[in-house]
Amino acid sequence: MKYLFLLNTATGGMPESLSSAEYAEMSAAYESAVTAMAKAGVLIECAPLRPASSATTVRVRDAETILTDGPAAEIKEQVGGYTLVECADLDEALKWAATIPAAQAGSVEVRSVVATQPPA
Amino acid sequence: MVGDLGIAEDAVQEACLAAVAQWPAAGWPANPRGWLVGVARHKALDLVRREARRGAKEEAAMRELGWPGHPGQDPGWPGPGIAGPAAPGPVGQAAGGTGDELELILMCCHPAIAPAAQVALTLRCVCGLSTAEIAAAFLVPEATMAKRLARAKSKIRDAGIRLRMPARENMADRVGAVLRVVYLVFTEGHKASAGPALVRGELCDAAIRLARGLAVLLPGEPEVTGLLALLLLTDARRPARTDSRGGLVLLADQDRSRWDTAMIDEGETLLLTALRAGQPGPYQLHAAIAACHSTSRDAADTNWREIAALYGELIRYEPTPVIEANRAIAVAMSEGPAAGLVILDAVGHHPQLGRWPQLHLARADLLSRLGRAEDAAGAYRAALELEPTAAERDFIIRRVGELTPDAAADGSVGWPDDQQPGRRT
Repeated sequence: MKYLFLLNTATGGMPESLSSAEYAEMSAAYESAVTAMAKAGVLIECAPLRPASSATTVRVRDAETILTDGPAAEIKEQVGGYTLVECADLDEALKWAATIPAAQAGSVEVRSVVATQPPA
Repeated sequence: MVGDLGIAEDAVQEACLAAVAQWPAAGWPANPRGWLVGVARHKALDLVRREARRGAKEEAAMRELGWPGHPGQDPGWPGPGIAGPAAPGPVGQAAGGTGDELELILMCCHPAIAPAAQVALTLRCVCGLSTAEIAAAFLVPEATMAKRLARAKSKIRDAGIRLRMPARENMADRVGAVLRVVYLVFTEGHKASAGPALVRGELCDAAIRLARGLAVLLPGEPEVTGLLALLLLTDARRPARTDSRGGLVLLADQDRSRWDTAMIDEGETLLLTALRAGQPGPYQLHAAIAACHSTSRDAADTNWREIAALYGELIRYEPTPVIEANRAIAVAMSEGPAAGLVILDAVGHHPQLGRWPQLHLARADLLSRLGRAEDAAGAYRAALELEPTAAERDFIIRRVGELTPDAAADGSVGWPDDQQPGRRT
């Protein structure tokens, strides 16, 4: 079963103001978490996102495309990255989700992915 | 602890044999036929497993959950397992209870499911209560309960919660969650938080069946044994807890000859077995406290000093104002109401505890013992404002009437009839 981890952080995306030492520390923490997932063979792909402030939200209403500058909802935490894994069940997925640094400062939402065939 | 599926299965088999072997000594279970069906199912299941190990079980669980590919199936689990009443029909068919019971209970009590839904799901899937019965127990419309159960089942299906033994390192936490659910079911039955009835016997019975099942599935776990002992020792007092009109009878005023001595004996024996393992825990301590009460010939004979010490131990596991308040009552009983009132008033300022009617009932009791009738009546009124059950409300109104005879003369305790608090809608 595929699970998508939505990494919620205060800014959504890469922190904007970090010293180079802080940045290196954070990168190392993420590197170590995803390396463990890759070694266990569960990791499909993962990436951080640019900050939520750079988001553009698209809505189509009455055939008209409406664009909003910013994320879909203004909430305390925004999606700041994602991790896609293949796990046997929720217990395994939750175990890996807890290893992601975002779970400590923010939160990680675990969503199971519907199995579909992508268009050829 | 068992983390490996094969080992767990073997353990379940052995547990069932052990249960049969223990019957003559431990007394026959309340529902021997239910137990027999449960044990027979295990044997049948064993045969099924030899043919197709894990596949058959998963397939059955998926069908029971109403997964696609099984049209016409009731989305609820069809039958109770060992913890439920005896189901008619031949055993060994994949008609119900084919999933391993412990894994089933663990799945229903999965921490990814909301606690209220864990309780409902366990009652439905493990105890075999109907949706209507569970809805009645929690005083919600049947449609609401059906929706809650459906949502929990969808969560299991969609989120990929599987029927399996948790990893070794998570086992203690997961079993803890199961014990909590069983305890919640019992406490809701023992002292219903809502509704006209003070005691909901069917919920007490369901919880004890569950605890018995767990004790068989997890033999030698002191906290599991401790929980079963606690439920038996507490439920043994059920016949004496209400009067002929359903009114509350306080522990001190109960007719102890109506207590169920067989249950008390069984509870005591189980508690001693659990304590001998030398791994104390909150359920064993609660059971020890219950035993202090249930084995006292009369209220005056109660060893309150021992109870106060046990609550003192319990605070290490449950550092809550509720436990501290209980300790205060025990101290009041052993050292006098003034000593207890000091502790009680110290914890009474806790915002959560202020919403707890029992705190005000306890204060009222200590104040009336100290001869402070007016203060006691005030504390009883404070308890009334926190919506106690109907039986408690009647008890409180009676006590206020005794403390302030003038006010009670016209049947009022200080409110116009239509504004009396504590009334349930």
